[in-house]
Amino acid sequence: MTTATAGTYPSVEDAPSGPGWAVRDCWTEASRHLRALPRNPEVLAFSTIQPVMFVLLFTYVFGGSINVPGFGDYKQFLLPGIFAQTVLFGSTFAAVGLAEDMSKGIADRLRSLPMYPAAVLVGRTFADLIRNLLTFFVMLAVAFLIGFRFEGTLLEALAASLLLLSFAYAFTWVNALLGVSVGSVEAANSASFTWIFPLTFVSSAFVDPRSMPSWLQPFARNNPFTIATNAVRALYNGKEAGNDLWLALAWAAGITVVFAILAVRKFTSSTR
Amino acid sequence: MSAVIAEGLSKRFGDTEALRGVDFEIERGKVLGLLGPNGAGKTTAVRILCTLLRPDAGRAVIDGIDVVAEPRRARARIGLTGQFAAVDERLTGFENLQHVGRLFHLRTPEARRRARELLERFDLDEAGDRVAKTYSGGMRRRLDIAMSLIGQPSVLFLDEPTTGLDPRSRLGMWDVIEELGRTGTTTLLTTQYLDEADRLADEIVVIDHGSAIARGTADELKRQVGGELVEIVLADAADAGRAIELLARRSCGPGKAEPGSDVVTIPVEDTTGIVPTVVRELDRAGIAVVDVGARGSTLDDVFFALTGHPAEEGDGAATPDGPAAGHDGGRSSKVEAS
Repeated sequence: MTTATAGTYPSVEDAPSGPGWAVRDCWTEASRHLRALPRNPEVLAFSTIQPVMFVLLFTYVFGGSINVPGFGDYKQFLLPGIFAQTVLFGSTFAAVGLAEDMSKGIADRLRSLPMYPAAVLVGRTFADLIRNLLTFFVMLAVAFLIGFRFEGTLLEALAASLLLLSFAYAFTWVNALLGVSVGSVEAANSASFTWIFPLTFVSSAFVDPRSMPSWLQPFARNNPFTIATNAVRALYNGKEAGNDLWLALAWAAGITVVFAILAVRKFTSSTR
Repeated sequence: MSAVIAEGLSKRFGDTEALRGVDFEIERGKVLGLLGPNGAGKTTAVRILCTLLRPDAGRAVIDGIDVVAEPRRARARIGLTGQFAAVDERLTGFENLQHVGRLFHLRTPEARRRARELLERFDLDEAGDRVAKTYSGGMRRRLDIAMSLIGQPSVLFLDEPTTGLDPRSRLGMWDVIEELGRTGTTTLLTTQYLDEADRLADEIVVIDHGSAIARGTADELKRQVGGELVEIVLADAADAGRAIELLARRSCGPGKAEPGSDVVTIPVEDTTGIVPTVVRELDRAGIAVVDVGARGSTLDDVFFALTGHPAEEGDGAATPDGPAAGHDGGRSSKVEAS
């Protein structure tokens, strides 16, 4: 150890603050995760392999026996559902990552810094959005390889993709709240999948809800995931999305606002 | 003015009173050791001072800033090294440092400069561009401390900095902390190791069950239990009670034998000629003795005298490696909750 320099540092002043710094803190935190992304290619690989497997499984295993009225090719019906499910699964990384930060003391360190505490969550959700975008591109490429096509305009396809990502972003905040609330990484992992499975399967993602038992139908039809899937599916297939589009956007915005507030509040006060 | 003032800190979690009105102050440039067993309330005190926890009652002040009223200003003045090495394993040592520097709102070139400087200072310059996942436990702790120094804090909090380290890394960490102490970094060190507090702290506050039960320098605390001790190893642990009774008039305080142990410790004012006397008296009473020795008291003895429970509990044997260990002073005595 060389001679220390702590004594020669200037005296401590208040750390500068203001909205500009809040934005910079968010970016600093996001860059922590983005920088790590290419270093863990296995994370990206697995979060991509799983959806690719789903695409292939559902298309080739069930594709022959599932018939959806209005869709000549099951792929055109199924793949938007797979996209929606995959980006939603991608949102669970926030729960695990934040639970890890909490249990390893990283969250404590960050909360003891003169930064904007909410930046920890905003940065995390933003980095997750970028990762989700990458996964989405890979999946889209595979979908095209097996014959999926945009039946509508490119603009409609772009709108569908943006809706998917904003919907996933909203659910990243739900998972962020989970991540800062549960005690461990394992708990975060299983906690997010207990609601994501019913949410995505009891929906219009894979089959027409009309084929489900009548007691399940009300949930399957009004599930926000169904609404988003329907809007996305309509847009990719050049059909009329109608109210589903606005309703899906409203859900995304509402979930984002409500859960962002809850998560930030929990994060900044969970130790109080 | 003291760099840190804690006044009547109290905190309750449900039915547990983690802190019951603890007071202490740290003079600028000094190292205060907060010594106590697991669950004594050490970490709760640190968390309150680091703005992570709001006290139910009492006041915590850093550099004249009330941490409850102005948490963000207080945060600019503290560095926290918690019980776990809070490093991001996916980033390199340099990136970890730079990251915390940026969150301290340093300009990027300044954050980078200090990061390099700290890597060198903590012997991490060669590992600085490797991801922290590849670091050993000791390296992680050093990086962790470096990260809490990058904002040039006025007060450094080290919460059990050597818990979980292997003996060699532990000694390395002691060197690091001693060096910090020499350079005048005001430090609050919590530890459950008596020898650690003895070696590193200028002043010690012993806490148990959420209350401060003693304070002073290590020497002052040792003097409280009478200074000199006679340690007797009996052939039969069952004779402990009789031996203490027999030697009571020679001692200047209550003798002790931890349950199930064959070691009896008796405080005395003067050790001159004590060993032959003890051997003779015990021999006359027919108590077989394996070893008798005189020694100065250690913080272990202080802890026992203050709390009535031994420094090491739980496995039934208070001094598993016998009385000889008491002499070398290098043994790590872990304080366990009763």
